[in-house]
Amino acid sequence: MSDFASAFWPYYIAIISVVSIVACAVFLKSQSIRRAEGAGLETTGHVWDEDLKEWNNPLPRWWSWLFYITIVFGLVYLVLYPGLVAYAGRLGWTSSGQYAAERARFDAAYGPIYAKYQGMDARQVAADPDAMVIGQNLFLQICAQCHASDARGSRGFPNLADGDWLWGGDPRQIEETILNGRTGIMPPFGAALGPDGTKDVAHYVMSLSGLPNDSIRTARGKEKFQQTCIACHGAEGKGNPQLGAPNLTDRVWLYGGAEPDIIATIANGRTGQMPAHKDFLGEAKSHLLAAYVWSLSHPEATQRPAK
Amino acid sequence: MNNPLDATGAVVRPAPAEELEQTLYEVRRKIYPRAVHGWFAGWRWALIWLTQLLFYGTAWLQWNGRQAVLFDVAARKFYVLGFVFWPQDFIYLTGLLVISALSLFLFTAVGGRLWCGYACPQTVYTEIFMWIERKIEGDRQARMRLDADPLGARKVALKAAKHAVWIAVGLWTGFTFVGYFTPIRELLPAVLAFSTGPWETFWILFYGFATYGNAGWMREQVCKYMCPYARFQGVMFDRDTMTVTYDERRGEPRGARSRKADYKAAGLGDCVDCTMCVQVCPTGIDIRKGLQYECIGCAACIDACDQVMDKMGYPRGLIRYSTENAIASGWDSRAMLKRIVRPRVLVYFAVLLAVVAAVLGSLYLRIPLKVDVLRDRASLSREVEGGKIENVYRLQLMNTQEKPHRYRIAVSGLDTIAVASEAEVEVPPASTRQVPVRLRIDPGAAGKGAHGIEIEVRSVDDPSIVAREKSVFMVR
Repeated sequence: MSDFASAFWPYYIAIISVVSIVACAVFLKSQSIRRAEGAGLETTGHVWDEDLKEWNNPLPRWWSWLFYITIVFGLVYLVLYPGLVAYAGRLGWTSSGQYAAERARFDAAYGPIYAKYQGMDARQVAADPDAMVIGQNLFLQICAQCHASDARGSRGFPNLADGDWLWGGDPRQIEETILNGRTGIMPPFGAALGPDGTKDVAHYVMSLSGLPNDSIRTARGKEKFQQTCIACHGAEGKGNPQLGAPNLTDRVWLYGGAEPDIIATIANGRTGQMPAHKDFLGEAKSHLLAAYVWSLSHPEATQRPAK
Repeated sequence: MNNPLDATGAVVRPAPAEELEQTLYEVRRKIYPRAVHGWFAGWRWALIWLTQLLFYGTAWLQWNGRQAVLFDVAARKFYVLGFVFWPQDFIYLTGLLVISALSLFLFTAVGGRLWCGYACPQTVYTEIFMWIERKIEGDRQARMRLDADPLGARKVALKAAKHAVWIAVGLWTGFTFVGYFTPIRELLPAVLAFSTGPWETFWILFYGFATYGNAGWMREQVCKYMCPYARFQGVMFDRDTMTVTYDERRGEPRGARSRKADYKAAGLGDCVDCTMCVQVCPTGIDIRKGLQYECIGCAACIDACDQVMDKMGYPRGLIRYSTENAIASGWDSRAMLKRIVRPRVLVYFAVLLAVVAAVLGSLYLRIPLKVDVLRDRASLSREVEGGKIENVYRLQLMNTQEKPHRYRIAVSGLDTIAVASEAEVEVPPASTRQVPVRLRIDPGAAGKGAHGIEIEVRSVDDPSIVAREKSVFMVR
């Protein structure tokens, strides 16, 4: 595989490399010729300060030999490895191949540990302190960037420790989320509802979780909600884990629960994406990670490490 | 370039180039040092025993059920007796190197190349290898004869025996060296079963070969051509540095004489020109020509000369540790030793003392706990129930002691700030744990922006173990 767009460059590199090495060898040879005994002195022809001349003596032997060894090393290297680019090398080495080989080596070394937990129920895994230490390390390595080190998320990134779930909180559903990812879309309704209608719906939504609201707007908003929103959020606004539609009655707000936040959500919509980790993590690690995430909202079901 | 003037003031012309032609390569003359006994040889052997008992022996010592000195590079933990050093402790290695360098300065300023002559591994292993050579091939004369002999069964047998023993010592040295990086009690069975790993095998062979090559074959050439310390120690000499010196005023004119004859009447000095000082020299120089860069300061010539002086009934010390000033002014040893106390030596000594005290003090005060605080970057600040503001941090707790500790996490620096997550954690012996920590303040306790806070981690079982780290609390 070549990293160059043009086929010219591999040959450019190969020719320059080979010519330089050969030129070095020829030059070195020309500088290593010893004069015959008594053949008289030879100088470089330069004279400084009236009579100071430089002898044209061969290079020290140890030095030339080190140089010859580097030339041989370089040639052997270019035969074995893809240093010339145009020639892939006898070993067929590639950096991506080395990466794959190292991954395979680590999978072979650590795979059995994950395989052991993969065969167990997630609730059993959550009760295993060793598994939870591994789970925490995995989480801090892979998940904490978005969900925060304590898994409590931040604006736009769900809190995984509060027992409230967009896509279902059963360990199997969590594992499904990790493996295949999720995309939760709230479509924009600003154009359909108009600014006033949007505000009415927002007040109805606020009333669902008992937040302070304007009762006139709430009454008007309720009608619009029944027409527009119940398809996903349900008639009672309790959401639908099949669609990832959030429960609007529980005071858990992914994008903020203040009036302007809710209006913005309804008017402009929201898109939340959890990427799929199947190819990256594999099933065994995802299983362990799902158990760890599940354990965060079920402290009673786990023996947390270091207790 | 101006031509130098000679003593008469005439311009010295360089000789024509043709006459100067000579090879640029020095062909090594093999040196056959004669065995030497005496006060300084005794000191050298004492140091050989000391350093080699330390080197070969320490690897086998146990401490709390593990190897007492072990550098576990793979796990990045370095065990030295009761200490476990982590990569974060590399400053101690710096301290050790600074102490070594200053000691070299100090000893060299006082007594010349003491390190080279008595303690350097090159000297020590050469001495051991020469002892083996002497036991197998005999002393100087016997070895010279053997080398001159045509190849025969006896010669082959002796040479083979010598090299076999040399290689065995070299391999044992390489094995011991690797034993500081791989537990030596596991390494020995692995070596006997030929089941060492590739790197272990490489280093045993490499270090073994280096010992064999340097101490058996290269010897003084290492000091003359390869070692940088050999050359720069000369810079630390001054006119009051004690070096191995031939007292020319007392010795010259040298010459053979009968023990009974009155040599002074014959106009002779104390040197009987027996060349013993040359024969014992491991670098093959004649100390009577004065201080030379090849001289490693081993004092073998002093021992040899003193024995000759005893036999002749002359006072000892024709060759002795003396200084340029002492020789020039004819001081006795008391006057010479007084000059040890001079600014250069005092400065080296004071700096050395300060560094040693600093390193020891910091080792004594070393807290076996390290804490790193990493603020979560994704969530700047979040509002939780009751309008409280929460920030998330990741604490990296490194318990560098070989027993488990339970730590309590506390925070200060901001009104109402408290740890909202579990405040106590346990960390297993000599290991690291990452702990997510939530800090919380009451609504309105702090204005918008970043506020400096301090997180304190204190061991519950030993309150003297405490670490504090600064961080930042954000309010949006």
